[in-house]
Amino acid sequence: MGRNRHPLFMPLIFVGGLLFGFGLGFSHMARPEVVLNFLQFEDFGLLFVMGGAAVVTGIAFALVPRLFDRAPLTGDTYGRRLKSFDRNVLIGGAIFGVGWGLSGICPGAAYASLGVGNVTIVWALAGMFVGAYLQGYWRSQRAASETTPAGAD
Amino acid sequence: MGTELFVPALYESLFPAGISRYAVGGLLVGLGAVVIYLGTGITAGASTFLESTLSYVSDQSRFQRYRASRDWRIVFTVGIVAGAAVYALTFQSGLVSSGLYESGATGQLHDVGGVTVWLTDVQPWRLFLGGILVGIGTRIGKGCTSGHGVCGVGSASKTSIVGVMTFLIVAIGTAQVAMALGVSP
Repeated sequence: MGRNRHPLFMPLIFVGGLLFGFGLGFSHMARPEVVLNFLQFEDFGLLFVMGGAAVVTGIAFALVPRLFDRAPLTGDTYGRRLKSFDRNVLIGGAIFGVGWGLSGICPGAAYASLGVGNVTIVWALAGMFVGAYLQGYWRSQRAASETTPAGAD
Repeated sequence: MGTELFVPALYESLFPAGISRYAVGGLLVGLGAVVIYLGTGITAGASTFLESTLSYVSDQSRFQRYRASRDWRIVFTVGIVAGAAVYALTFQSGLVSSGLYESGATGQLHDVGGVTVWLTDVQPWRLFLGGILVGIGTRIGKGCTSGHGVCGVGSASKTSIVGVMTFLIVAIGTAQVAMALGVSP
């Protein structure tokens, strides 16, 4: 990737996002109320959204690497999404869970919510950027203090 | 003798809006991720957009790591907004209908120049505070409902499965507490 991106790279990413966002709208996941209804055990439909999506990606992630060598638009090999496990997955997951349970909103659904006309969602989007900034600022400071010897000034 | 009465009643109470709208929407969300994967090998998530976009306005080292991917992440996000807008123009506005789609009774619908827009009733303070925690949590926890929940679970990643279980259980607990405290909507 990088310099010589295939001319269809961006259009394809856009089409992928288009399907993704249409699906979030169609399934009503762009409505915080519907997510809250699930978390309050009033409508279990959300299980079919996450489950249906994971079944489709699961089939593709299992088959595509066996059928093809490299992705046509990047030349990259097909891998799976495997992140290392550590305490942060639990801590971050719990913090995310409190936020999701309080607001009924997660990142992808929040972007889609804007598309269905829900301008009130800018409150959630602003909150997400503030949260991501706080976290990134803290991590950057910590990384800097680990590489420079203590008491340098 | 009770099963004929019990089964539909149970289904009604578990899925008052049916399941087709959810299942079809979920399949399309998965298809969107697969289209990107097939063409590029990328397993996309929606939350890294927050950090990668912050690299435009902040020099913090944490955000600069995402410089290489920040442009396509914006295109992906604009695509998500546009895709939801296509839904709003078609099904939400009643221009297109299908037996697989069931409209809901939440929030408020407004007619703006022939297009039906939908607005949430959830209070701004909940959205803002929840958003801050979502922003912090997804970044510490290495993913969100799409990265972990769709691509990670689809990859049979143990980390993602544990991540999803964690946020699902905590979110259910939080929503139950909020409901018990009378926070509504």
